[in-house]
Amino acid sequence: MSIKSFLKQINHTPHAKKLGLQLVTAEGCTITLKLPFNDSIIGDPINRYIHSGAITTLVDTACGVSIFQTQNNTRAMATLDLRIDHQRPAILGNEIFATAECYKLTHTIAFVNVTVYEDDITNPIATAVGTFMRSNKEFPHTE
Amino acid sequence: MSLVSQINSLKAVHDYEGLVDLIPYAKFIGVETSMVGDKIVSNLPYMNDNIGNPALPALHGGVIAGFMENSALFHLLWEIEVLNIPKIIDFSIDYLRPGQAVTTYSHCDIIRLGKRVALCNVKTWQDDINSPIALARGHFLLSNNDPID
Repeated sequence: MSIKSFLKQINHTPHAKKLGLQLVTAEGCTITLKLPFNDSIIGDPINRYIHSGAITTLVDTACGVSIFQTQNNTRAMATLDLRIDHQRPAILGNEIFATAECYKLTHTIAFVNVTVYEDDITNPIATAVGTFMRSNKEFPHTE
Repeated sequence: MSLVSQINSLKAVHDYEGLVDLIPYAKFIGVETSMVGDKIVSNLPYMNDNIGNPALPALHGGVIAGFMENSALFHLLWEIEVLNIPKIIDFSIDYLRPGQAVTTYSHCDIIRLGKRVALCNVKTWQDDINSPIALARGHFLLSNNDPID
């Protein structure tokens, strides 16, 4: 299976499927995922803001996908740490995108930068950095 | 009834379990709350929908983070007088162990409570409180985001 068809299967993972995450693009060391809006992921019902947890899951998943893309194989990774800065709330009802760049791979560690936005990457909702432990175990996938 | 008055009526009758009904995302991942001594503890019973790696199986790192962010939110809503829902500013999480397919617990300590910002530490564990699966810290904005004079 090509790495791209594997990446498209990200929505087979139970929690990614529940959130409706989808792969939009994968190029070089950079990938973009989409999180559709859904009333059930609201965290602030007064202002109807999306819960940060849904954004964190989008970010964590985007990091993993960018690492698969960059290492060009389907070996799993484990999140070591993740830091997210929430710059503004998402505009209600919009789809949210996360563009993740795996800017450095060592033998054991992957380093990733992420930007979260609606329609303009230069006006982010959040930015994040994460480090990941690489492994030689295959991430499960269906043919 | 406004959300703040709903929270105050829950506090008046000590109905910490009712917090979950106010926050849709908390319901989405299946959060429950309990009281251990005088501390509010969030519980996340195992749900297949929260899995990130089906081979292990392991909880999705994003679910663990979202659960911890929400546990800090619940703690703030319960422990302090709020006029609006505290807004997350930043969150930094260290993952120590994989999240197994069992119940996960989380509690929060407020490290500093200012007028406008609270700094929280959050600890999350499964079978053994002394072997946490993740630790996190985050800032929350308590006031409205009005310009400073």
